[in-house]
Amino acid sequence: MCATCGCGGPARIEGDQHPHHHHGDLPLDPEHARLHALGVPHTHGPHEHGPHAERGHDHGDHDHGKAVGGESRRLIRPEQDLLAKNDAIAAEVRGRLTARRILALNLVSSPGAGKTTLLEATLARLAGRWSVAVIEGDQATARDAERIRATGTPALQITTGKGCHLDAAMIARALDRLDPPEGAVLFVENVGKLVCPAGFDLGEAHEVVLCSLAEGDDKPLKYPTIFAASSLLLVTKTDLAPHLEVDPAVPVTNARKVRPDIGAIRLSARTGEGMERWLAWLEAARGLRLVAD
Amino acid sequence: MHELALSSSLVDALREEAARRGFARVRRVTLAIGALSHVEPEAMAFCFDIVTRGTLAEGTELEIERPPGRAFCIDCGQEVAIAARGEACPGCGGFRLLVRGGEELRLVELGVV
Repeated sequence: MCATCGCGGPARIEGDQHPHHHHGDLPLDPEHARLHALGVPHTHGPHEHGPHAERGHDHGDHDHGKAVGGESRRLIRPEQDLLAKNDAIAAEVRGRLTARRILALNLVSSPGAGKTTLLEATLARLAGRWSVAVIEGDQATARDAERIRATGTPALQITTGKGCHLDAAMIARALDRLDPPEGAVLFVENVGKLVCPAGFDLGEAHEVVLCSLAEGDDKPLKYPTIFAASSLLLVTKTDLAPHLEVDPAVPVTNARKVRPDIGAIRLSARTGEGMERWLAWLEAARGLRLVAD
Repeated sequence: MHELALSSSLVDALREEAARRGFARVRRVTLAIGALSHVEPEAMAFCFDIVTRGTLAEGTELEIERPPGRAFCIDCGQEVAIAARGEACPGCGGFRLLVRGGEELRLVELGVV
């Protein structure tokens, strides 16, 4: 089971014989470190008498009251974010990417919104101008990574098994394997789901949500978390507009109800409509990353 | 189920706290699940009950606090309470809201022996 989030089964990185693992011991948790930094008296467990012992802490426990049955209980306030482990690894990943001036984008959407097709069309237009690498996430098969590799772009497939999302530890390991060059653009195509990927920071610079015209215009209202976490909305498959009763402006209006400052581009990978704007956005985002490391 | 993964993660966190602070069993856990978070409290309670069986937290009483959703309304110029994302500002009916609170997913307190 994934140790960071407990999702079922080990995530496999294509070509990898071992189940994934997470980074070893992380340093002192932030809350504990803060108590030390402020010199606040607090309790330690029996294991932790390091260099701070000479400061003369108060080692008494808080002994608050007795529970039913006369049991003497201690109260402990960890004040720990349940996603702290993933966030810590994501911060490390972010640091690595920034140091190498790599722009990382986390592409999220429902299954079938057109993430892989968009990547194929984007890579065709880039025509080797930039270094690009792709991490693909799916429950099963390496089909998407194979499609990307067919364009001549390095791609690595992560299959999550029963898991429903990618997490930072998976990305960290994939980065070790892919090792994109400095100044590259890294696309992470997340598992096709509108709920689970939302809570898991991968260390990316931007989360980009795709929503196809065929999905209707109210997805942002029904699945607000993931739209609120994204800085850019791509309304895809606009070439289907004549066959659908959907006004392409409405999904954008709805997305702005949950994230007032979300950017929006309507495009069709097939006809090319809007693709220049998407390329311009990528160029601008990459430019920001290149000038500030 | 999403909450199952988080419950497992929570039990791991409890084991780490036990090793760090030197206690044997957990009797009560207080979580803060913000009104705007993507986690469903009932599902969390259900999964927690299952996942803790046979662990140091078996039979633990789970308490869930619900910090309310807070957002800054650009048009009103002040902080307002919202029950869910995508809701209009209770003051002016507008949607230019920047979420400021209610997204937490935090282990607040443990009662241990």
